[in-house]
Amino acid sequence: MTTLLDVDNLWVRFPNRTGVFDAVRGVSFSLGRERLGIVGESGSGKSLTGRAILRLIRSPGIVEAGHINLHGENLLEKSEAQMRKVRGEKISMVMQDPKFSLNPVMTVGDQIIEAYRLHAKASKAEAYKKSVEMLEAVSIRDADRVMKAYPHEMSGGMGQRIMIAMMLIPNPEILIADEPTSALDVSVQGQVLSIMDKLVKERGMGLIFISHDLNLVSQFCDRVLIMYAGRIVEVCEADKLHEAKHPYTQGLLGSLPRFDAPRDRLQVLTRDPAWREAPSVEARL
Amino acid sequence: MSDAISIQNLNVWFGEHHDLFQAVKNASLTVATGASFGLVGESGSGKSTILRALTGLAPQWEGQMSINGTDLTHKRDKQFYKTVQMVFQDPYASLHPRQSVDQVLSETLHLHGFKDIDNRVNKLLLDVGLGPAFRFRYPHQLSGGQRQRIAIARALAAEPKILLLDEPTSALDVSVQAEILNLLCDLRAEHGLTYLMVSHDLAVVAHMCERAAVMRNGEIVEIIEVADMRAGKTTHDYTAQLLHASANRVA
Repeated sequence: MTTLLDVDNLWVRFPNRTGVFDAVRGVSFSLGRERLGIVGESGSGKSLTGRAILRLIRSPGIVEAGHINLHGENLLEKSEAQMRKVRGEKISMVMQDPKFSLNPVMTVGDQIIEAYRLHAKASKAEAYKKSVEMLEAVSIRDADRVMKAYPHEMSGGMGQRIMIAMMLIPNPEILIADEPTSALDVSVQGQVLSIMDKLVKERGMGLIFISHDLNLVSQFCDRVLIMYAGRIVEVCEADKLHEAKHPYTQGLLGSLPRFDAPRDRLQVLTRDPAWREAPSVEARL
Repeated sequence: MSDAISIQNLNVWFGEHHDLFQAVKNASLTVATGASFGLVGESGSGKSTILRALTGLAPQWEGQMSINGTDLTHKRDKQFYKTVQMVFQDPYASLHPRQSVDQVLSETLHLHGFKDIDNRVNKLLLDVGLGPAFRFRYPHQLSGGQRQRIAIARALAAEPKILLLDEPTSALDVSVQAEILNLLCDLRAEHGLTYLMVSHDLAVVAHMCERAAVMRNGEIVEIIEVADMRAGKTTHDYTAQLLHASANRVA
């Protein structure tokens, strides 16, 4: 498989009063034309890994890496102006919370049209048409009404789908999706996932799917990285997630209530300090 | 023995005049004392609204609701809140950011007319598995799971018999969710509580409840034993769809 993105020894640090907090600690992985899942609990550094790739970590946060190569070009060496060409067009990101990621004072339509016209030469009318198509593609029923609406008029699930439409409209090569479906109902979740799935298959897009939902990731992705305390503790094929060896992964799986296998008490995770110290597993293709 | 919660032909509206929206349509359900009952459905199906109507947070309702055999009127008395308490979905939003755990719990205890507040605060913290060390912390010094434990402690302060749980774990990690669900199971056994629980996660409802109502567009389409649900013995298509969607989430 061709490698689209290669991340080498990525660290994200935040200086604070007592020293420096390492949120991501030496993570290496690569991404091909595949669906790569990153799972872990909150605070495990999975979202920061996604943001660091797009250089969205703001000062005083520090990003260090051997390299973050997109088609062999190191993103860390690019200027801000060059990075703006990368964001959206090459790599785009669906953020976790639509409430905070959509512009509250712009209509949905204007935002999507803006996203499209920044990267493609198109007239307003074309962009409008394309935006409506995209909204319909993420199964929003009355797309024309939604185009005129403001984000606060939308429900969480609608907002999430609008975000996805906006991120896909510039036709990126890599999509980083940070918990894109955790605000959605199971039925809508399925729709959104199949949209992303189709894009990976048809356009040969690379997808980084960040989630805390192990079952979902094991059904949806090709490969899964399991992160704990800023490091990758285990890499496995998604369909073999249930045979995972690391006690942390097993603990996470055990703590899920199972529909098919009822039990009286759920297993609670006991954390071993050694997990923190174990070196990060490399997750290259 | 009378039912802990009985709801007959409940209708709930929001807004007024041309904006009038009926969120719950003709819902009926009963929950036996000591049982745990789940409400499942998509967002917007009206499951949380039923809880809100019960606690008096949705004032425009019609129909019959009774708690332990006593009919509810539109105004709730103190006795009601000593019997019924609610735990909200988002532990990040349901605690006052500038009140310490001690303030939150002592105020609640004071309002319910308890005397030995000091001991009771410590007891509540122990009940939810936190301990007195957490007493003088502010919400921002707590993790999501710890906050939800405080919210549960606050609900337990009045020594209620019925807890209304509105998606108590949907904002939490799976590992923390397991801890909170275990805690809720223990508390139910210890205090003989009745639960009415809303969740969009069928696995959680199946784990916690014996019976569940499936809702769509404000209507209860089916009330089903969890054992039947596990066995796939549904009588309504929508329940089957929901089961299918949650088992195979990638369409």
